[in-house]
Amino acid sequence: MKRGFPILAIVTALLLSFGLYEALIGAPTERTMGDVQRIFYYHVPSAWTAFLLFLINFAASVTYLIRRNAKADMLALVSAEVGVVFCTVVIVTGPIWARPVWGIWWAPGDIRLTTTLVLWLIYISYLVLRRFSTSGQTAVIAAVVAIFGALDVPLVYFSIWFFRTQHPSPVIGDGGSLDPRMWHVLLINWVAFLCLAWLVCWTRYQLEVAARQVEEAQALQSLHEVSR
Amino acid sequence: MTVLAIIRATLAKDLRLEWRSKDAINAMLFFSLLVVVIFSFAFDPTAEESRRIAGGLIWVAFLFAAIVALNQTWARELRNHVLDAYRVSPAPANPLFLAKAFGNFIFVSVLEALMMPLFVIFYKLRPLGPAWELLPIAILGTWALVVNGTFFAAISLRTRSREIMLPLLLFPISIPALLGLVNATTAVLTGEESARFWIALLLAYDVVFTVACLLLFETILEAE
Amino acid sequence: MSYLYAAYIATWMIHGTYLAILARKYSRIRREMESLKKGVSG
Repeated sequence: MKRGFPILAIVTALLLSFGLYEALIGAPTERTMGDVQRIFYYHVPSAWTAFLLFLINFAASVTYLIRRNAKADMLALVSAEVGVVFCTVVIVTGPIWARPVWGIWWAPGDIRLTTTLVLWLIYISYLVLRRFSTSGQTAVIAAVVAIFGALDVPLVYFSIWFFRTQHPSPVIGDGGSLDPRMWHVLLINWVAFLCLAWLVCWTRYQLEVAARQVEEAQALQSLHEVSR
Repeated sequence: MTVLAIIRATLAKDLRLEWRSKDAINAMLFFSLLVVVIFSFAFDPTAEESRRIAGGLIWVAFLFAAIVALNQTWARELRNHVLDAYRVSPAPANPLFLAKAFGNFIFVSVLEALMMPLFVIFYKLRPLGPAWELLPIAILGTWALVVNGTFFAAISLRTRSREIMLPLLLFPISIPALLGLVNATTAVLTGEESARFWIALLLAYDVVFTVACLLLFETILEAE
Repeated sequence: MSYLYAAYIATWMIHGTYLAILARKYSRIRREMESLKKGVSG
């Protein structure tokens, strides 16, 4: 990965620039919503990326509980953090898109946005737990919380789905079928974001490896000083 | 000791201690009373309006009161090193968890029973839908909050800012249960829709998370 | 149209903030590594 990093960085930068150009200029203007609809090209791929990262976190958490492998734990931490970053983008761009289109910042019945919000809250609490934990086995506890979060998501989805049938409200999202050129731009930006996510995750992972090594070395050093 | 015997013994001890000190129940009562009175000043709704908002108000009040009870769930055990003893002994941890969860369930249910007449009076509530449905709603909903609350209270033991960690963990996970509770209660009060789906959702939530808590409690107990 | 630009700018500000946080973490780890090295050789 070390040698691949610069290549990935360049590819990512290229894809992001190309994706940005296509999103703002290349893609056709949408009929009903106009140019504001272009937010879609950032909003949706960010959501897909965030969900993928949270899925990775879930898999890593389960793996950690079974194998107690430190790498799985680090992967869980990294994917959660980067997932929260992308999820924040989704939650911020959603209302910015909704406001000019529907006149409201938020619709409680919007199943996708609300489910995303709950996922975001769950993972914020996951990260706070990891930060504030005084246990020696933070990784185990965090993995359990991740599993609870994963169990919660389908329940959240269904409860909002039913809520929406009782209280219909505007849906912030794609309306109807998509022009193939729009799909094209969407996918380019998604691949660009996936590369960005991979880049950032790898960086964060290396940082975590280094941080843990430093921690261990510091612990050994203070032990050494005490025994002198 | 059999599972049932452990549960009964722990539960009896906790109930007896609570009956003598009345710490948790007093704090919970005071808090709920505060919420009821303050909101009745803030809104002064007509009977029609109050039926729409009471569902949300009631369960917010009960949720915050439940947090008070949940926060002190494990405090006594921590002080007396009971959890360490459990970690060392071959005894299963689940009966301890169930006893704590049942204890909290009883505390919160007592609170609900005491507060309901007050809510009815202050907000002039008269359910237009089938009032008997409020009972399964309350039972399933309270268990939903309490089972996860007791579990996360145990997790919060080994964190800084314990009192913040518990609500922070509990609220996002409880959102489907809260949605179910509030909407079911509103449905019964206004009589405009059926609460059946929400009751089914609460039941599903209870089953999923009770199983999850029972499967994973030992894991987090040992992790401390 | 300002909404469109707001969304894109917000996106990059969020990513940028996270990368800034990582950069700070990195410099802190470097400092700690330096002090550890000094501790060993001292």
